[in-house]
Amino acid sequence: MAKTLTQEFVKGLWAEIPPFRLVLGLCPILAVSKTVENAVGMGIAVIFVLVCSNILVAALRKIIPSKVRIACFIIVIATFVIVVELLMQAYTYPLFLKLGIFIPLIVVNCIPLGRAEAFAYKNGIAASAADGLGLGIGYAMSLTVLSSIREVFGNGTFLGATVFGPSFQPFKFMVEAPGAFVCLGLMLCIMNAMGKK
Amino acid sequence: MREMIKMVVVLTVLCSFSGGLLAALRDGTKERIEVQQLEFIKGPAIRKILEGASNDPIKDRFKIKIGETEKTFFVGLFDGKANTVVYEASGKGFGGDIGMMIGVNLADDKIAGVGVTTHSETPGIGAKAQTDPKFAKQFKGLMLTEEVKVKADGGKIDAMSGATVTSKGVTAAVTEAGKFYKEIKPQLAEKAKSFQK
Repeated sequence: MAKTLTQEFVKGLWAEIPPFRLVLGLCPILAVSKTVENAVGMGIAVIFVLVCSNILVAALRKIIPSKVRIACFIIVIATFVIVVELLMQAYTYPLFLKLGIFIPLIVVNCIPLGRAEAFAYKNGIAASAADGLGLGIGYAMSLTVLSSIREVFGNGTFLGATVFGPSFQPFKFMVEAPGAFVCLGLMLCIMNAMGKK
Repeated sequence: MREMIKMVVVLTVLCSFSGGLLAALRDGTKERIEVQQLEFIKGPAIRKILEGASNDPIKDRFKIKIGETEKTFFVGLFDGKANTVVYEASGKGFGGDIGMMIGVNLADDKIAGVGVTTHSETPGIGAKAQTDPKFAKQFKGLMLTEEVKVKADGGKIDAMSGATVTSKGVTAAVTEAGKFYKEIKPQLAEKAKSFQK
């Protein structure tokens, strides 16, 4: 194999960081990045699903007939998503209430399916695990950064703790949907400018 | 032909495996999820109604089977007497069903308090039924055995401005709960006594 495991892992953190480089998984990133707490919860859920589904798809890649591979990927991904959903309901119910529909929506989120199709179906188990972990952490990081900006400026808090003094006027625009688009656009712009050197 | 068979076999095995895993997990987490739902959805309303009770009403609960359905009752201990019971009721609101918790004093049939748990009313208008303590307070002390109506219908409840349908939904739920209460009161009193310490 040309690339080492470390390379597979690291590329997810910068070179192929999901929302910015691959521009995948934007729907949840816009909705869930209102507060840092939600973003971290969502990030952990995605990491879990991505790593597990990548490993399983890689393990089964020789058995899965190519004509029905997408259906097989969806079954694998959906299974792990429901596992996450049930565990969240059982142990972190308030977080489950906040994330709501976006947990089941990980199924149709392009990241796990995209990685299964583009990577895990063609590579070994270890490489796929590294790829899933890298991209998952990359996704969680982007969510955390975006949500930090939105929560700090839009609400004046970070993880629920007040950042600015009482005189701070929250920039409400940031926690609304348009704020998410503008913020994401600016981050994409910065990332592209940095990558162009 | 062989490929066809392989496709069918792989998909069938994958699906049944996934189904089995999820069923097992669901069974394993069912009880915990039920407790979590009680705690976070109905819990706040129950605790509010039974404020000052000396026991944990969520723990001290019992079920009575009425016809086909099973209803859960939460007991509140005041001055060492298990005289207040909270249970669920629902009414038709503007945007869908309004789920409520209704508390009743078994000694004098007076309403101990009401609280909205789930609803899909308009935010800022009908949704105030859940958040505005002034609206809920009006129910306290009314007779549960009598019909509860809004002022426009000749009753005692001040409807929330702009949310007549929601207000009527709430009063209808309370009235319904009252009818039901009359039917099962003897049973209720007996069961509640067993929680007395």
